[in-house]
Amino acid sequence: MTPAIDINGLTKRYRSLQALGGVDLHIRQGEFFGLLGPNGAGKTTLISVLAGLVRPTTGTARVMGHDVVREYRAARRMLGVVPQELVFDPFFSVRETLRIQSGYYGLKRNDDWIDEVMHHLNLSDKADANMRALSGGMKRRVLVAQALVHRPPVIVLDEPTAGVDVELRRGLWMFIRQLNRAGHTIVLTTHYLEEAETLCNRVALLKLGRIVALDTPASIIRRFQAIYLRVRVEGALPPALEGKASVDEVGRQLFKLDDYGQVETTLAALRAAGCRLLEVEVTQPDLEEAFVNLVRGVGQA
Amino acid sequence: MKQESEIRGGFSTLLYKELLRFWKVGFQTIAAPILTAMLYLLIFGHVLEDHVEVYENVGYTSFLVPGLVMMSMLQNAFANSSSSLIQSKVTGNVVFVLLPPLSYLEFYGGYLIAAMIRGLAVGLGVLLVALPFVSLRMEAPVWVILFAIAGTGILGTLGVIAGIWADKFDQLAAFQNFIILPLTFLSGVFYSIYSLPPFWQDLSHLNPFFYMIDGFRYGFFGVSDVDPRLSFVVVVLFNALLTATTLALLKRGYKLRH
Repeated sequence: MTPAIDINGLTKRYRSLQALGGVDLHIRQGEFFGLLGPNGAGKTTLISVLAGLVRPTTGTARVMGHDVVREYRAARRMLGVVPQELVFDPFFSVRETLRIQSGYYGLKRNDDWIDEVMHHLNLSDKADANMRALSGGMKRRVLVAQALVHRPPVIVLDEPTAGVDVELRRGLWMFIRQLNRAGHTIVLTTHYLEEAETLCNRVALLKLGRIVALDTPASIIRRFQAIYLRVRVEGALPPALEGKASVDEVGRQLFKLDDYGQVETTLAALRAAGCRLLEVEVTQPDLEEAFVNLVRGVGQA
Repeated sequence: MKQESEIRGGFSTLLYKELLRFWKVGFQTIAAPILTAMLYLLIFGHVLEDHVEVYENVGYTSFLVPGLVMMSMLQNAFANSSSSLIQSKVTGNVVFVLLPPLSYLEFYGGYLIAAMIRGLAVGLGVLLVALPFVSLRMEAPVWVILFAIAGTGILGTLGVIAGIWADKFDQLAAFQNFIILPLTFLSGVFYSIYSLPPFWQDLSHLNPFFYMIDGFRYGFFGVSDVDPRLSFVVVVLFNALLTATTLALLKRGYKLRH
């Protein structure tokens, strides 16, 4: 089956800034895929290349088999993009906005689908309201609706829940999940690890324009989520353990371990060496902390 | 995926959207420029009617009307495409036209034709409102139509270029105030260039706007400063040059696709 998204050796350079430094990424049809990374990692640049808003310096990108530069018409028909910024055209009502967007894709009689999308996004009673009169959350939903008017097989959402209230976020994800179950490929960028963890079946972690990790969210979290064992001992550590520990902010020995089994073996080694334990603490950093570590640590690790 | 809806190009929708955009604020985009042109006509006509005779047997007010009609068309064609693009760029909603599968030719065509229609609508409005005040005949209507189309085409295209180039409203205002306005006012809207000193006459011949106004005026009076056929060649060549430039910019994605 043709991959939904197929990116090979993609680079993007703006004068002195290397925004993308050689990205290879293959997303299968029907995936719910997450692009994670801190600000400036290249998430939006990557999406913009797919959307045709940014031209690659080298490399290729394909959407459902269509090259985004050479076959841009076919590629853009396959893609629905929800932009990050809350943009709207103040001249038009919600329905006009959706009809016009639909027409750009060559769909002139699309009202049934437009009504259905508005219904799912709770926009029906605002259909004739001017865009200016809508709240931020409502405008966000219209942007989602605009991305769906041409029923694209691949839907890209660039931080769709940034600055959106909890209720809308939940409703939005329910709808997006429904679309995913109906066969649409979903690609979303987010800062929120939790969001990626609950929604995505695979995530790529971007850092400085490169993919530094690509796996299921659970394995990525497992890979980077250490267990911290802090101990205070009388005297020095035995030579066998000395190199494995660092000193924490209150002078304790800190062991970063992969699982609880290693807590056992470390404590056993201390006992065997005859160290007297004054204090023991075992902690597991939370998800967001793990994410921060992962973002900072990858590359050096 | 099965698609039941009819599939057509996106060009007609872009054109429709651009027309709807100015139509919704018609008071500002059509009525206001007509009023402005009327004020010019009243003031200059009143002051100069008895003092200036440009062509034999043509009163100054009558002489002025075609110039004002053309000037209104040019300014509004420019204003339409340039303001639509700059507003979309500044507010960010330009992505709505960049994401769909519109070719650069469709993109250009949509903005251009809407700009021309607004220019022609304003021009027609000015003409209709002015008619009761002057005796105006149309000696060669074909030239009137040809120059109206070519003139609004040129300014609509200049508006596309300016709208793409400008990143901020003040840059667009500078383009308008330092390029469009001087070229318009120094083109002979209010006078025949033969009333100018030789140096300024020669300079006027380098202004493409002069040929648009002069040719347009020929359509009304059957007299002009230069042969309308020459004017038309100049105008068409200038139009071709601008169109080629705009298409090259759009194809390259200049300031739109980075």
